[in-house]
Amino acid sequence: MNLLVAQAQQIEAPEIHYGAIAPVLIVLGAACVSVLLEALLPKHQRWAVQLLLSLLTLLGATAALVLYVTADDVPAQGVATLAGMLAVDTPALFLWGTLLVLAFGSILLIADRSVEPGGVFVAQAAIRPGTVQDRAQATKTGMQTEVFPLTLFALGGMMTFVASNDLLTMFIALEVLSLPLYLLCGLARRRRLLSQEAAVKYFLLGAFASAFFLYGVALLYGYAGSVKLSAIATAAAGTDRSDTLLFAGFGLLVVGLLFKASVGPFHTWTPDVYQGAPTPVTAFMAACTKVAAFGGILRVLTVAFENTQWEWRGVLYGVAVVSMVIGAVLGLTQTDVKRMIAYSSVAHAGFLLIGSIALVPDGEGVSATMFYLLAYGFTTIATFGIVSLVRNSDGEATHLSQWAGLAKRSPIVAATFTFLLLALAGIPLTSGFIGKFVVFSAAIEAGLTPLVVIALVASAVAAFFYLRVIVLMYFSEPAADGPTVTVPGAFTTIAITLGAVVTLVLGLWPTLVLEWAGTGTFLS
Amino acid sequence: MTPTYYLLLSALLFSIGAVGVLVRRNAIVVFMCVELMLNAVNLSLVTFARINGSLDGQVMAFFVMVVAAAEVVVGLAIIMSIFRTRRSASVDDSNLLKY
Repeated sequence: MNLLVAQAQQIEAPEIHYGAIAPVLIVLGAACVSVLLEALLPKHQRWAVQLLLSLLTLLGATAALVLYVTADDVPAQGVATLAGMLAVDTPALFLWGTLLVLAFGSILLIADRSVEPGGVFVAQAAIRPGTVQDRAQATKTGMQTEVFPLTLFALGGMMTFVASNDLLTMFIALEVLSLPLYLLCGLARRRRLLSQEAAVKYFLLGAFASAFFLYGVALLYGYAGSVKLSAIATAAAGTDRSDTLLFAGFGLLVVGLLFKASVGPFHTWTPDVYQGAPTPVTAFMAACTKVAAFGGILRVLTVAFENTQWEWRGVLYGVAVVSMVIGAVLGLTQTDVKRMIAYSSVAHAGFLLIGSIALVPDGEGVSATMFYLLAYGFTTIATFGIVSLVRNSDGEATHLSQWAGLAKRSPIVAATFTFLLLALAGIPLTSGFIGKFVVFSAAIEAGLTPLVVIALVASAVAAFFYLRVIVLMYFSEPAADGPTVTVPGAFTTIAITLGAVVTLVLGLWPTLVLEWAGTGTFLS
Repeated sequence: MTPTYYLLLSALLFSIGAVGVLVRRNAIVVFMCVELMLNAVNLSLVTFARINGSLDGQVMAFFVMVVAAAEVVVGLAIIMSIFRTRRSASVDDSNLLKY
């Protein structure tokens, strides 16, 4: 006993830089409070209180972030806190800001009750689909308000993920962000069988991928004797351990990360889950998970594996090509709007991977990829916001044939959707063009010119299926029993406007964001 | 016994788990195979901790156990809800979302 006490006194508590990690603490703390509210408040008050709490949390976390960034005594290269577990450097702060603003838009879409009376989430998840109770809940107002704490927990996990400086923290953050998303996917009010199927598929494949990630962590621990990213980089520079451990570990780790980012051959869950999940959750997943996953990929590749890039670059080169080709070619054959955007996101993941493997010394690849993530996130949120507006009597009308002649029914919605699709295709004067431009120029600087040529061909092929939707909306006669375009309430309007305006503004003045993204690189 | 044998055993268990996920049809069994993969990783973490002479790997094994427990809660809830609808836990029956 005395020995234990004596030993405990020798352990020094690690220093915690509260100012730097305040945004994460606020989000995770509010998520816990939100769970408590769910238990204590009567049912009719929950939606309003939870929404208010979530929005205040995001505002508070953003304010804490701005206060920290604008303070005078912030070291330029960033700080490592919590015994080096979290690195709060420029990329981490940039991605936190991106995640918080994107989550703001997503929460507004999630909370909306004007498009679908009562919200798009099921009133009680335990009710069996197809029963009398299920038909009763479909028309009832009120929804399962647990979606708010689940979203906040997922957001907290994403923020930790992009800042985690060792692989164990990264694994925990990966699970904290994934588990709430699995549940959120299964909570749609309508088409509940599809929704539940999406949740099962996402869960089983996601757990499978995290097992690969974890085995990679274990092998790298065996190689470097530590899971700190900097220790792995040091070990890779010279050690007597077998390189088999390093490369097997790297491969397994990257499979787990690429799965989350829905890249290339690891994308099989993406179309199914995007289609089956409630549309606001799809928007949240498509925008924020992509940011978090690529934030993690960038950090791992830059900090831990930069020394060994000549060994692995060829492999990720191939993965990027496969991803772009799959996204562009299979996107052509889709007949469902949500699945089409899912394949478009697979193609975009390929473009993002090009930026991630362009490790040029001045960190241009990192800042370009982060800009692309931000631009893509805003465009996607607005796109899914619009998808949720086109409806018929049994919910969203997502089949492409139902979108024919939409411009005649609602010119504004059709025009906004056209603009967003052009941004996804990468037409000038949109943020999508600037994003592609900066990523491709970083890649050329890093000597990846053939890859850029393939990417340009893939963009041209992908542009075809975006243009097909535009032609369908403007030059087809609307069907007599076609869907109606719901007039959205304030929340959805704000979310769509936010996404569309950012897409336009970043297309005209990209330096607003590019300069901040380029001010620093990862802390190693 | 050299610790290498434990690493080989762990790799074998991981492969059995991975093959199980790919070939089994019942969602619960698929999920058990994922758990087998996680526990195989635990074995290699503990072995590497022994080889490296540090405690980190053993501590990580505890983290993995906690995460696996949380995953069970979420996973079984999802599998339960789809089982109550379909009266079957077969992953082949969930085939509405395709192409």
